[in-house]
Amino acid sequence: MSRATTSPACGSDAHRLSRRGLLGGMAAAAAGAVAARPALARVVAGSNKRVLQIFLHGGVSQLESWDPKPGTATGGPFRAIPTSVPGIHVSELLPCTARQMHHLGLIRSMAGGSDDHARGQREMFSGRNQPAPLDVPDLGAVVAKACLTDDFPLPGHVLIRGAGGGPGNASYLGPRYAGVIMEDAKPPAFTDRPAGLTAEADRRRAALRARLDDRFTGRRRSADTDAYTFSHGQALELLDQRRVFDVDLEPERDHDRYGRSEFGRHCLMARRLLEHGVPFVQVNHSNYDTHFENFDFHIEQLGEFDRPFAALVEDLAVRGLLDDTVVCVMSEFGRTPRINAGYGRDHWGKSWSILLGGAGIQRGAVIGRTNADGTEVVDRPVDHGHVFHTVLRAIGVDSAGSFHVGGRDVTIADPAKGPITEFLA
Amino acid sequence: MAEPAPIDPLQTHELASHKHDRALVSCGWDPTGQWIVFGAEDSGVHRLAADATTPLTLPAAGAAAHDSWVWALGFTPDGGRVLSGGYDGRLGAWPLAEAGPAAWLVPAHDGWIRGLAVSPDGATVATCGNDRLVKLWRTADGTALATCPGHESHVHAVAWRPDGQGVVSCDLKGFVKEWSPTGSPVRDVGRAEALWKYDTQFRADIGGARTIAFRADGGQVAVGGITAVSNAFAGIGHPAVCLLDFAAGKQDLLQEPKEKQHGVCWGVAWHRQGFWVSLAGGGGGGWLRFFKPGEATEFHAVKLPANGRGLALSPDGRRVAVALADGRLSLYGLFAKA
Repeated sequence: MSRATTSPACGSDAHRLSRRGLLGGMAAAAAGAVAARPALARVVAGSNKRVLQIFLHGGVSQLESWDPKPGTATGGPFRAIPTSVPGIHVSELLPCTARQMHHLGLIRSMAGGSDDHARGQREMFSGRNQPAPLDVPDLGAVVAKACLTDDFPLPGHVLIRGAGGGPGNASYLGPRYAGVIMEDAKPPAFTDRPAGLTAEADRRRAALRARLDDRFTGRRRSADTDAYTFSHGQALELLDQRRVFDVDLEPERDHDRYGRSEFGRHCLMARRLLEHGVPFVQVNHSNYDTHFENFDFHIEQLGEFDRPFAALVEDLAVRGLLDDTVVCVMSEFGRTPRINAGYGRDHWGKSWSILLGGAGIQRGAVIGRTNADGTEVVDRPVDHGHVFHTVLRAIGVDSAGSFHVGGRDVTIADPAKGPITEFLA
Repeated sequence: MAEPAPIDPLQTHELASHKHDRALVSCGWDPTGQWIVFGAEDSGVHRLAADATTPLTLPAAGAAAHDSWVWALGFTPDGGRVLSGGYDGRLGAWPLAEAGPAAWLVPAHDGWIRGLAVSPDGATVATCGNDRLVKLWRTADGTALATCPGHESHVHAVAWRPDGQGVVSCDLKGFVKEWSPTGSPVRDVGRAEALWKYDTQFRADIGGARTIAFRADGGQVAVGGITAVSNAFAGIGHPAVCLLDFAAGKQDLLQEPKEKQHGVCWGVAWHRQGFWVSLAGGGGGGWLRFFKPGEATEFHAVKLPANGRGLALSPDGRRVAVALADGRLSLYGLFAKA
C-alpha cells in the first residue's frame, strides 16, 4: 500500500492574506521577475472572464465521482445515478451536482499523469510535464495576468483553503499574479485600524512612510523595492475592500443552502469573490488520499463537497456569471480501479476524470472514455497540458501565444499540447 | 465412536478453504451449523456447506440479491433463513436450504446498512446504517416495527443483549446506545472512545465499531475497531477491542495485539469456553487472535494468508470461518490436528 505523501501549502507568510504577509512576503517572490503583458492576453483584460478551480486535494476517486462503474470488479459499492443531462451518469455520492450537470461537462480520459502527489499537483496547476526545465506560473497566475486590469483593487489570484494545495506560483509573471491565500474564508487578519489610531494619525503615518519610501527608492530602486511598494499599495487597497472578504455578510439563507461546513463557507466566499470580479479563485477541499477505507471516506468528503458545489454552480448560472466563468473540478490524479485489501484505492494517473464547465465549454459534453473496468482510456486520451490550454481558450486567451520574459519568448502553455477543441463551445 | 479433540485455540489450524472470484466482505454461520454464508465485493448472498464446499449464490435463479455489497448477515434461530443487509439500503430474507427467491426484501435504510442482528427469540431483526438510524423489523415478514433516532453519526453495528431484553448500537464516533426490544431509547451506555479520532490532517473522522458482540452473560460488550491512528487515510493504527462494562458503561479493558501491527479489528466473538476471538486485517496482514477476559494482549495469534474481513464462530465453537480479502472463505479448527 502506498503511503500518503501529501504536499500541503508551503505555509509561509508570503502567501497568507494579511497586511503583514502582503507587505513582507511578496518581495522575495518578486526578485528578478519581469514580464510584459502580452498583447494576446490583453484582449481579455476587462472582459470579466473568470476561472473557478475546485481542487480536491489528495486525488478524488473517478469511480466514486465522474466515471462510475457499478457492478464491476473495480466499481466499488456505489451505484450510478442519472443527471440532468440524459445519458450521463455520475456516482450516487453526487446527487446535487447531478442536477447541475447541464451546466457542466466531463473529461473521462485523463491519462499519462503522475502517481506522485507533488508532481501531479504541479502538473495540473502548471499544465507542464514535471520536472519542467523552466519554472512556470500556475494557471491562476496566467489567468490573473490575462484578465486583470490595472485599476482592479483586489488580488487576481486567490486561493481559499483549509488545508493542502500549492502556493499559487506566479514564477516569472511576478508578485502581482501570485496566489494570495485566504485561510478559512475570513477577512484578512490585521486589516482593522487599531482602536487607538485615529484616521488622521493613520493618514499622516502613511504620508511619512511614502516620503521615506520615495527617498529610498530614488537612490536604490530594485525589483525588491518595487515589489515592496506594489504589495504595500495592494495591502492599502485591500484595507478599503475588507468587506469583500467577509463571507458573514452573505445572507443566512445562503449559508444554510451551502451548508455550515468549512467547504460550504469557502464556496460561498468563492461566489462573493467571483461576483466582485476576481479573475481566478481556487477552493481547495481536503482530503481524498484514501488508501484505506476509500468508500467510507468518499461518503464523508464528497458528502461535504456535493451540496455547496452544486449550490455554487446553480448560483453562478442564475446570476448570469456562469457565462463568464470557467468551472474546473480536479485533483492531482485519480485513484486505482483495483480495490486494495484495506478497502482503499491508491494513486492512479493512467485513466481518471475531471470536470469542466461554464464559460466557453460545451455544457453536457463528455470527452473520452475508459474501458469497462476503468483501467484504461480507450478514447481521446488527454492530460494536464490539454486541460491547461482548454481552460485558457475557454476564457479567450490564445494559449499558443507567449510571454516575453527576460528577452525571450516563453510559451504560455505546453507547445506540444493543445486545447480539446471539441470541448469548446 | 471416538471423542472429538478438545477445543484448544493454541492448536488452531486451517481445515478448508473456498475461493470466490471477488474479495469477501462478511460472513456468518447459521445456528444449526449447516451453512456458512458470505458477502463479497459483488451483489450476492453466497452460501456454502459447513465444510466450505458446494457454493451457491442466493437466490439460485433470478436477479442478484442486492444492488451493492452485502455487509451485514444474520440468521433465524432455526437456520431456515439468512437475513442480508446491503449497501443498497435493502434488507432481505432468503430461504437457506431451498435457495429460492426472497421471502421478503424491503428498502430499509437511506444509504448503507452496516449492521444487522437477530434477537435471541428470532422475532425481531435490528439494523443500522448511514442514515444514523437503528431500525427494528419483524423477522417473519419484514414489517417495520420501530425507527430509533438518536445517533449523530453513521451507526456501524448492532447487537442484541443475550437475554433479549434490549439491543445496543455503536456509531462512527464510538457512542454506544441501548434500545428496548420495541425500539424505545433506554440509555447512553458509554463510549468506545479509543476507537475514534478526527484526523486533523486529512479532515475526516475515522473509527467506530467495525464489530460488536456481548459476552455470554451480558455483563460486557466488546466493540472492535482501530485505535492509535496516526494516519487515517493510510489506515495506520492498531486493531483493538474495547471491552465495556455494560452496566456501568465504562471501559474495562482495551485489548490490543502484543506486536502492534497496523490494521482494524473486523470481527469479535465470545467463545463459550471463556475467551474472546478477534479478527484483524490491514497493513499488518490478517490475524486471528485469542484473548483471555482480563488480559490486554492475546494469549495466542494465528497469521492468516490475507487480510481478514469477517468472522463467524460455528455453533459448537469448534471452528471459525474467516472472510478474507483475497476472496477466500477459510475454515479454522480450534483443536489439535488429527
